[in-house]
Amino acid sequence: MTMDTDRITTSTSTSGRAPARTATELRQGATAKGTIGESTPRPDGTLKATGEFAYSSDLWHEDMLWGFTLRSPHAHAEIRSIDIGEALAMPGVHTVMTYADLPAETHYGLEIRDQPVLAAGRVRYHGEAVAIVAADHPETARRAAARIKVEYAELPLVTDEATATAPGAPVLHPGRADRHAGGVPHPNIVHRQPIRRGDVAAAEARAEVVVRRDYEVGMQDQAFLGPESGLAVPAEDGGVDLYIATQWLHVDRDQLAPVLGLPADKVRLTLSGVGGAFGAREDLSMQAHACLLALRTGRPVKIAYNRYESFFGHVHRHPAKLAYEHGATRDGKLLYVRCRIVLDGGAYASSSPAVVGNAASLSIGPYAVDNVDIEALALYSNNPPCGAMRGFGAVQACFAYEAQMDAVAAELGLDPVEFRQRNAMSQGTVMPTGQRVDSPAPVAELLRRVKERPLPPERPWADAGGSVDVRGLPGGLSNTSHGEGVVRGVGYAVGIKNVGFSEGFDDYSTARVRLEVLGGEPVALVHTAMAEVGQGGVTVHAQIARTELGVTQVVIHPADTRVGSAGSTSASRQTYMTGGAIKHTCEAVREEVFRRGRERFGHRHPGWAGDAGLLLEGGKVVTGAGEVIGDLAEILGGDAIDIEREFRHRPTEPFHPETGQGFGHVQYSFCAHRAVVDVDTELGLVKVVELAAAQDVGKALNPLAVVGQIQGGTTQGLGLAVMEEIQVSGGALVRNPSFTDYLIPTILDTPSIPVDVLELADDHAPYGLRGVGEAPTLSSTPAVVAAIRAATGLRLGRVPVRPEHLTGT
Amino acid sequence: MRVTFTVNGRRHQADEVWEGESLLYVLRERLGLPGSKNACEQGECGSCTVRLDGVPVCACLVAAGQAEGREVVTVEGLAEYARARSDGAAAGARSERAAGDGTPAQPPVQPPPLAPVQQAFIDAGAIQCGFCTPGLLVAADELLEREPDPSDADIREALSGNLCRCTGYEKILDAVRLAAARGAETRP
Repeated sequence: MTMDTDRITTSTSTSGRAPARTATELRQGATAKGTIGESTPRPDGTLKATGEFAYSSDLWHEDMLWGFTLRSPHAHAEIRSIDIGEALAMPGVHTVMTYADLPAETHYGLEIRDQPVLAAGRVRYHGEAVAIVAADHPETARRAAARIKVEYAELPLVTDEATATAPGAPVLHPGRADRHAGGVPHPNIVHRQPIRRGDVAAAEARAEVVVRRDYEVGMQDQAFLGPESGLAVPAEDGGVDLYIATQWLHVDRDQLAPVLGLPADKVRLTLSGVGGAFGAREDLSMQAHACLLALRTGRPVKIAYNRYESFFGHVHRHPAKLAYEHGATRDGKLLYVRCRIVLDGGAYASSSPAVVGNAASLSIGPYAVDNVDIEALALYSNNPPCGAMRGFGAVQACFAYEAQMDAVAAELGLDPVEFRQRNAMSQGTVMPTGQRVDSPAPVAELLRRVKERPLPPERPWADAGGSVDVRGLPGGLSNTSHGEGVVRGVGYAVGIKNVGFSEGFDDYSTARVRLEVLGGEPVALVHTAMAEVGQGGVTVHAQIARTELGVTQVVIHPADTRVGSAGSTSASRQTYMTGGAIKHTCEAVREEVFRRGRERFGHRHPGWAGDAGLLLEGGKVVTGAGEVIGDLAEILGGDAIDIEREFRHRPTEPFHPETGQGFGHVQYSFCAHRAVVDVDTELGLVKVVELAAAQDVGKALNPLAVVGQIQGGTTQGLGLAVMEEIQVSGGALVRNPSFTDYLIPTILDTPSIPVDVLELADDHAPYGLRGVGEAPTLSSTPAVVAAIRAATGLRLGRVPVRPEHLTGT
Repeated sequence: MRVTFTVNGRRHQADEVWEGESLLYVLRERLGLPGSKNACEQGECGSCTVRLDGVPVCACLVAAGQAEGREVVTVEGLAEYARARSDGAAAGARSERAAGDGTPAQPPVQPPPLAPVQQAFIDAGAIQCGFCTPGLLVAADELLEREPDPSDADIREALSGNLCRCTGYEKILDAVRLAAARGAETRP
């Protein structure tokens, strides 16, 4: 593209366009239904199917400007100078900002405030934000950014554990004062968590079979489809309204307000349509930049990343190097596990400390092992920052421990499922952290279910007459094989994931519920700050309100910061936490209905006398025996009941810094997979034929959505197994930031995914439910790789498995 | 430059379009039709799939000027497009039947508010975040127009240019099968 100076105009078309689109209240008609346990369609389904649903990248304001971010071409460099003069002089450019223009706090971060809003004299990774531009056309903003002159002086790189901890290694964050700084062996280690239990040395002496192996997991991207975007609108009170796709509105606000130099109540966030998240929206991306530009120019500012920028705009899954040693008796009893997990956290901390806690505490998998010696740590490096992605530290460990389980089983001559079942944890098992698991843990049963499922037919690509449909073969329509060299393999894996925020975090959610009678019909309004990112929380919220309040019509209020925090849409926690908050608040609303009813009409019917057993059904107050004793319209009249309540799960404790002991997790969830693959052993191409899953969900509030979560998570695990990796090389530079070069599974890469849902209630959780979203992402990857090992006989200690790993070329 | 073309049966004109703007940009930012999505702007993800003179294309890869004088259908117009197609087919069937056995034409039934494939995506649980949905709907509707009874392999092949990150595609397959089955029930 030529870099001409022609001004790109922005006048709107003669057709005009709709006024600003921001957030949508979700209503379903009077015929809507779906209480908990029923497969229920989404309240936003029609809007999403017609193109009317307003995603954050669709936002528009009549006098808005477009923001663009200039990013560092180097992974580690000192910034000698920045010259914005030429950029600022371009027609259509309204402002250019650098670190020097920041009005208040200059850094932000989820756990550690170590990330500069704009680079502060030094860049620490390829793609770090250096300057921001606001212009009246996105292309003008992009061209202006290209004219900012930045003089860099490159610095030595930290790219792995050896370069991070070598004598004289550059310290990436000198003068650390965060809560982990005192406990780490080197300032380039963000956090380290050991876990020790039992007597590993004694167990090793008794072990008859020992397997020691190293594993590696590549850097996976969340690759949500809707890139980072949002619209910041300056307000008359000096504050700002931000319409944004995020996972946690309140934690965004709490990081933004200090950066903007505003009190929290002047930074108002409203959730816009979110095109997927998977962890990548937990950290700030363009939020602060859009707000800064809006406040500086006094104009609404929209920033929408393209896919290239999105790869630099969010954290990724930590790549990991894992060393494991398993010892067992000859009859197949695991005696001990030693492991060391090194996660590369990249340039800034993001959620690395919590990822370390997960990796350590879940490192041996869903097995009962009395003796463990575990160490997990995350590095600071000049690689791209890594943080939350679905599975959050448990994914990396699961790949390694499940490969180990297969390897030990092979040494023992045992069936790999049988070996797992002999060592499977169950309710009552003590975790490496000393925590006794106090709800169902049906690990052996989940394995049994995937194993007993009939296997898919052999040679699915060939019909009875011998003709071949290449679409069913490895290589597909590339027509690389008609079955020659194609070998089938079957593999199994099972995983364990924690649900909710752990290690003593004060994890809560808030719900506001308003019940009133409108036009003779009771209507419940549910208002939370929960980020609906696609998972279907809004469906479940309506189901819970219908169940608890006996109403049909439920209105889901847009999520915003006018109500209390819902916590993050992550850690498989929202159905438990915000679902729990809505249930809890609905119960309070119901009690208030009964109180008012008793006060006014108690004399009319003896059913009002007792506290117990009253229900709300179809707008009536009903006794346990089914007798109608009151009418909601009559009890409420023109008044509404409007209650906001917080809900907490039971408290957890931090892990001890040296022994790792502690009641650290709220709940565990379990999923097992069986993978069936066909491998073209000559070309190294893999076709996953079937990927069957079995998962315990405690209680499926919306079975349709539960199965969708399991299938989606399973597919992301498949991607890690054989396709997805951000390539970082040659000076810690990202080599494949596009969907042309970073490949996620298409519908042709994805097999049939039969799902078996088990519902064993967890008595500590609302409705007995168990968080669903992440567990299927864990075991999918090792199951696929186990199947490839079975087909090829190769060891395959690294994911993603690439063709050259299979052909030895 | 000025670009004039038909979108969802309505003539639109966009003025002062920069030559580098894509059809997707003009639809989204100048014509107020943001239903087509901008997920990769490289033709890899299919989220911006629209019909251009009937052919499914990635609107991000079509320069706005290339749409001059042509007909575009986006997700916003899919229901109307499907209804017109179905009315056309029904009218044809009625006239044949009227000519054949003399049965009077049935009064037209109330048209559904959504295209069959849209309703099937909702019913089958094929929508999660929904960002891929507009492109998938346009592509799936085109498949069913061409092949009313597709095999699973046909569906996978037809939708292989549309990435979805949420569903694992199983419910999308279910939705297309459901739309095909419902289509078979209503065909004369």
